[in-house]
Amino acid sequence: MAQIICKNLSLGYDSNVIVKNLNFTVNSGDYLCIVGENGSGKSTLMRTLLSLQKSLFGELEFSDGLKPNEIGYLPQQTFVQRDFPASVFEIVLSGLCSKKGFKPFYSKEDKALALKNMKKMEIENLKNRCYRELSGGQQQRVLLARALCATSKALLLDEPVSGLDPMLTNQMYELIYNLNKKEKITIIMISHDIESALKYSTHILHIGKEIFFGTKQEYLNSNIVDGFLSNSKGGAQ
Amino acid sequence: MNELIYTLTTYSFVRYALIVGVLIALCSSLLGVTLVLKRFSFIGDGLSHVAFGAMAVATVIGIADNMLFTMPVTIICAVLLLRTGQNTKIKGDAAVAMISVGSLALGYLLMNIFSTSSNLSGDVCSTLFGSTSILTLSVFEVWLCVALSIVVVVLFILFYNKIFAVTFDENFAKATGVHSEFYNLLIAVVIAVIIVLAMNLVGSLLISALVIFPALSAMRVFKSFKSVTICSACFSVVCALLGIIISVLFGTPVGSTIVAVDIVAFFLFWLIGIFAGGKAK
Ligand SMILES: Nc1ncnc2c1ncn2[C@@H]1O[C@H](COP(=O)(O)OP(=O)(O)OP(=O)(O)O)[C@@H](O)[C@H]1O
Ligand SMILES: [Mg+2]
Repeated sequence: MAQIICKNLSLGYDSNVIVKNLNFTVNSGDYLCIVGENGSGKSTLMRTLLSLQKSLFGELEFSDGLKPNEIGYLPQQTFVQRDFPASVFEIVLSGLCSKKGFKPFYSKEDKALALKNMKKMEIENLKNRCYRELSGGQQQRVLLARALCATSKALLLDEPVSGLDPMLTNQMYELIYNLNKKEKITIIMISHDIESALKYSTHILHIGKEIFFGTKQEYLNSNIVDGFLSNSKGGAQ
Repeated sequence: MNELIYTLTTYSFVRYALIVGVLIALCSSLLGVTLVLKRFSFIGDGLSHVAFGAMAVATVIGIADNMLFTMPVTIICAVLLLRTGQNTKIKGDAAVAMISVGSLALGYLLMNIFSTSSNLSGDVCSTLFGSTSILTLSVFEVWLCVALSIVVVVLFILFYNKIFAVTFDENFAKATGVHSEFYNLLIAVVIAVIIVLAMNLVGSLLISALVIFPALSAMRVFKSFKSVTICSACFSVVCALLGIIISVLFGTPVGSTIVAVDIVAFFLFWLIGIFAGGKAK
């Protein structure tokens, strides 16, 4: 079933169009990777999907019981002040905030759910630690646990592995892959790591001068991928 | 000690001052954590100058109860400042500086031109530094202050979790459907209320101290949002109590005495923070 449908979507800031005529559909249980060069508008697309900004043109539809505020989100950069006092548990719990509506306090079940999500991320031993004293990888997991509290349906991840070492990167990918496989959570992930994108995803959305949307196999057969792969190799030299 | 008990039991104005002082200290410290973390403390500072200007206007017009005029004006300014702060095209801090300095200047000008008082500089000084006005509170003002403080504390407790979410990561909160604009507005209105209340206690120039010191001190020692909030509330109440008692006993100005106690306590917490941090390593 289609969860998110984009028709002729144009993205940008004010009158400045960055991406035009975007068409794609995300079904529940999909693992969609969004790839493209720096500045091609990937984060902008994600912000639009989260209704943090308006699209310039076109339609964005949520269906299959997915409400716009039921999407979990892991931002590209979380700007947290250096001296912010917050324990890991407080942060993970805050993912449940919008679900509570006007109820002011978290219930026992909420806390149990938060703990469960922390277990999934293997951070339950960090429960009372201060967030700002954690390593980058640990912080990412805390934020992912928070995102899991906000949703059981779809997760949007903006470069979740940037800044992680190769070991942690692989662990992170496995965690996300498990969420997708075991819990049937739809994953939409922005990634510059084209090899891992091809390894785990079911669908690819390529944003750039040419826009491509299709299954992984279709992407591998298209000529965009060749250009992108050779380009990224060229860039690495 | 005997002298203190004697003063307390004999003079009702000292009791009033203590009640009002403690309540104001409590309210301002609760929101202080959020203000400091959201980098809103400059708004608090700006608003206190606005409140000064409004107070001057109220005095000139001759409104009997200054608070009835200063409160709405300050709330409106708080909302406006928040708006400009969010609009990235106008420099938020420049707007705050403009409004705050402007109302300070206009307030003084108005008082100078229209004042009927013989002791003008004394008046101005007491509005800026709060000198003795807390010892001359009317019963109505005391009750108003008690009522508003209760409202602020209840609001804070009810919205505590939302305030945390919006303070920690506004984008995430917004993306998952928390009405962050509403909570920002709420925070701004509550700050305005607190500032007008606190003007009686410490005067408009020293309000920021009441907001910032407890939060910064608690952050030296504690590391979760809840413990910081609770600690800064206790910190603020204790310092206010000490400050008022000292000022009554020694005849020093209330506002600056409280702030002086705050400063001493801050350094104490700072040392504790260093010591505890060193031991943890
Ligand atoms: N707030 C903003 N106002 C105006 N233009 C912006 C804003 N944020 C980003 N842009 C522009 O939009 C374009 C797309 O930015 P976006 O952040 O979506 O890129 P991206 O694909 O996520 O890049 P990266 O791989 O570096 O994360 C860029 O050209 C950028 O300059
Ligand atoms: Mg990006």
